[in-house]
Amino acid sequence: MTDYEVVIGLELHAQLATRTKLFCGCSTAFGAPPNSQTCPVCLGMPGVLPMLNRAAFDHVVRTALALHCRIDPETAMDRKNYYYPDLPKNYQISQNARPIGVDGWFDMESGGSIKRVRILNVHLEEDAGKLIHPEDTGAATSRVDLNRAGTPLVEIVTGPDLRSVEEAKAYMESMRQFLVALGVSDCKMQEGSLRFEASISLRPFGQEKLGPRVEIKNVNSVRFVLGALECEIRRQTELLNRGESVPQQTVLYDVRHDETRPMRSKEHAEDYRYFPEPDLVPLHLSPERLEAIRATIPELPLARKQRFMQCLGLSSYDAGILVEDPAIAGYFEACAALHADAKAVSNLITNEVLRELKERRLTIDAFPVRPEGLADLLRRMDAGEVSKTVARDVLTEMVATGRGAGPIIEAKGLRQIGDEAVLRALVLQAMQQNPKAVSEVRAGKSKARGALVGPVMRATQGKADPGLINRLIQELLNRPSSGE
Amino acid sequence: MAKISRDDVLHVALLSRVELTEEELELFQSQLAGILAYVEKLKELSTEDAEPMTSVMGLHDVFREDEPRASLGREEALANAPDRDEDSFRVPAVVE
Ligand SMILES: [Zn+2]
Repeated sequence: MTDYEVVIGLELHAQLATRTKLFCGCSTAFGAPPNSQTCPVCLGMPGVLPMLNRAAFDHVVRTALALHCRIDPETAMDRKNYYYPDLPKNYQISQNARPIGVDGWFDMESGGSIKRVRILNVHLEEDAGKLIHPEDTGAATSRVDLNRAGTPLVEIVTGPDLRSVEEAKAYMESMRQFLVALGVSDCKMQEGSLRFEASISLRPFGQEKLGPRVEIKNVNSVRFVLGALECEIRRQTELLNRGESVPQQTVLYDVRHDETRPMRSKEHAEDYRYFPEPDLVPLHLSPERLEAIRATIPELPLARKQRFMQCLGLSSYDAGILVEDPAIAGYFEACAALHADAKAVSNLITNEVLRELKERRLTIDAFPVRPEGLADLLRRMDAGEVSKTVARDVLTEMVATGRGAGPIIEAKGLRQIGDEAVLRALVLQAMQQNPKAVSEVRAGKSKARGALVGPVMRATQGKADPGLINRLIQELLNRPSSGE
Repeated sequence: MAKISRDDVLHVALLSRVELTEEELELFQSQLAGILAYVEKLKELSTEDAEPMTSVMGLHDVFREDEPRASLGREEALANAPDRDEDSFRVPAVVE
């Protein structure tokens, strides 16, 4: 099966984070009733003129800069002509001859190492409307909702640089994080604001020439892109193993049958009859303007992750979780500035804070425990005032009531029992009641230790310091006559 | 003179979604060839030092700010639709 090298290129469309459409003031808010966010411009009525949204343009320039592209100092919009019912003007305003950025690159992590993916093209274009296909396949009509028509998109095209389905997956995930951190898109896949198309070819290992390219359409989630790629690898491998060639074509992914099949009709690139969009004027990018936009680029996820690992000593796994959402990463940094043990901060956030957020469907910005409150809880954990287990309950209570850790610990009597005399008595009692466990622990079965720790924890309602219990067990075991 | 085949005319007609009669096909075949021959003449000019021109207006950098304006409202948006239902345009079924 693995006689061939897999060559994948990905093209993404992300909805830009703007309040209005690309050429008119209609809102881009998701979820409005069909056709309620439309006007003569985005409906393609005769005689209307488009006006370019500055925020959308700047977002694409920011993206192209962050992807190390060469920026065209004079870019322009082009008209791409085709007929489809979701395209009211019968053309799409896009960029062809002078895209904003070309020849850049994107570094991502894949399989534990850094991989550089070439970025061929970064440009601005408008989205089409949404076709709603009838449930029953025999129906004579489809419905069209033009709320999406004219929504600003950035298109990013990679070189044929991805060498496996895993790399494609890593690219899609890293790109999503990158665009969100850059602030140019919210990348909500379920709202259609991030979409991918893939092209794939196979070639014998060692061969330089690329095999015939198969484009995959109709894949609207990461899972489907991956499924379609797996399908194509199987299909093309079979063809090549039989000594047949793979025709260059466009295929559709059929989710239900998990198979790809050739698309019947497809207009070719030369049929789009691109020409400079006559209703819009050229766009200049002075060095000063470029620098001003460049200055708005924040630290991006990969760099941030590496800094968390190198400067704060976090594991790759933990740092990866934190940078997935720039707001979480920011929260972590705010906490780490108040509490020196960055690893402890990271553990509490990745384990408990993220769980609370998920359970309560909160974003970190709306999280009631602010960095000062979390740092206070961490200090109390450090001081041995509460155990890890109890800290978890305290945090839950902090989220639920908005109160600080101190009052909660006092009011609920959750203070950790670190009184050696009290615990020693309880440990001794547990050992007397369970001589079997005692002899097993003596025989080196450390698992049996749990049978001794358990009763002490129960007796103290989880408030006993587990480190201290373990030390006491060890001490009492070492005293030859104890427990008997 | 540039060659325009009958198939070229049919192809262009298809891309533009227009139906042509037999007479129109012949007429456009010769007219398109004439137009292309005329455009060919431009190749006689040297454009070596000329920047590609994207606009004749002499303006650049015309933007609007990202501020919402009222939309039309659904009834008005759908008013000219040849076919519609309660909230959407209706078009012949699109299947792929
Ligand atoms: Zn509009």
